[in-house]
Amino acid sequence: MEFSVNSPILFLLAGIVVAVVLGQSVYFLIKAWRRGKAIGMDKSKLKRIAVTAAVFTVAPAVAIVISVITLAKDLGVPLPWLRLSVVGSLSYETIAATNAESAMGLVFGQVSELTATQYVTIVLVMTISIMVGIWLVPVIGRKLQSGLINLENRDKKWSDIFSNAMFIGMIAAFLGYVFCDFSGVFKGELQGLIPVLVMAVSALVMCLAGALVAKFKWRWISDYALPISLIIGMVSAIPITNWLS
Amino acid sequence: MKKNLSYMDSVHRDGTIWNLSVMVILLLFPLAVAVIFNAIPDWQGLLMGLISTAPMYWAVGVVETITFVPMLGAGGSYLSFVTGNISNLKLPVALNALDQAGVKANSEEGEVVSTIAIAVSSIVTTLIIILGVLLITPLTPVLNAPVLAPAFAQILPALFGGLGVVFVSKNWKIAVAPVLLMLVLFIAVPALNAGTVGIMVPVSVLFTLGVSRVMYKKNML
Repeated sequence: MEFSVNSPILFLLAGIVVAVVLGQSVYFLIKAWRRGKAIGMDKSKLKRIAVTAAVFTVAPAVAIVISVITLAKDLGVPLPWLRLSVVGSLSYETIAATNAESAMGLVFGQVSELTATQYVTIVLVMTISIMVGIWLVPVIGRKLQSGLINLENRDKKWSDIFSNAMFIGMIAAFLGYVFCDFSGVFKGELQGLIPVLVMAVSALVMCLAGALVAKFKWRWISDYALPISLIIGMVSAIPITNWLS
Repeated sequence: MKKNLSYMDSVHRDGTIWNLSVMVILLLFPLAVAVIFNAIPDWQGLLMGLISTAPMYWAVGVVETITFVPMLGAGGSYLSFVTGNISNLKLPVALNALDQAGVKANSEEGEVVSTIAIAVSSIVTTLIIILGVLLITPLTPVLNAPVLAPAFAQILPALFGGLGVVFVSKNWKIAVAPVLLMLVLFIAVPALNAGTVGIMVPVSVLFTLGVSRVMYKKNML
């Protein structure tokens, strides 16, 4: 069979893998939902959580589609579709593909037609290099969770602080990242302000949503405050970028 | 005699089966391509490609697993490490859901809530990507339109602005030291950028845990 990066058989193979992963998500959703009902959680509460998660996911998922389009120029559609539905991200896949192509004397972004051998080599580099999390969670996940339960039993207050501190630590790293080009502002390069202002807009929208909930008791606003702040923040990036670029 | 499994035991059992199965299926993809198109890998290219890619991502993978599993919960971890986009999507979704439901991450309700949020997010992401693949020809000029590029380039600041307000305001005593440290580091060290933020997450988490422990021992929390 003649090879092409957009061969129908590649779509079929990628589709099978994506279907299995979709099956895993559906399986865990049903399992958690049943458990939630069994321990007396309100069905409408579970429904609200699911709807908010779905709404919140739309914008980042569209960004992932853009990543598929970006990678498809070199790798065809099926491989980026598979890689970005399972484990991957644009930055990782780009680095892995660049390294694999460079090892075979190719330049990422300038490949007109891959051979089957090159394609298989790239897929193997991408797959093997980022597999750790998939098998390591089964190996150490239970022990980590047991450790947390022991912590909870020993010292409940510290366990709560521990959990909050982990979340705050993660958020702090990303808040720092927003300022990574900020030093350029001191040299008159205002582009470094763009992410900072976008973050400020998003934060302001969230504060406004909090104030509205507190004043008018509009519960639905608190459910959708994060997706709303995300979208308004993203939209604000368009005039802010035009202004500062 | 059939042993009674607790919910958490069954999550770990099912998660192990699913994740190991997905791993095998993922490896079968290149194998199937090789067999169908009668191609063998370029062994030297494979080796060189792996040497330049794998060590860093294996190290990051180990650190991410240890860092993220306690935050994602059991079910959420098995799913997230298969479906990816953890720090920019799955973790924020889980955090928002826990906050929305008013439950703690380390409770059984928290486990249920984070699993539902992450599962729904994974399903929606997968379906939107499928839609994008089906409509790739008409969508490409729209999504690649220069006017929209700044919006998609600023997803993380837009996401963490909102999320930051919620969590920092609720835990401001814990947040002061790590936020200040990360601001100073990211502003002062040019090597810290979008490519290295993932490495800084565990650093920040460990620092926050250390500072929180000291503050807790001194009755400041």
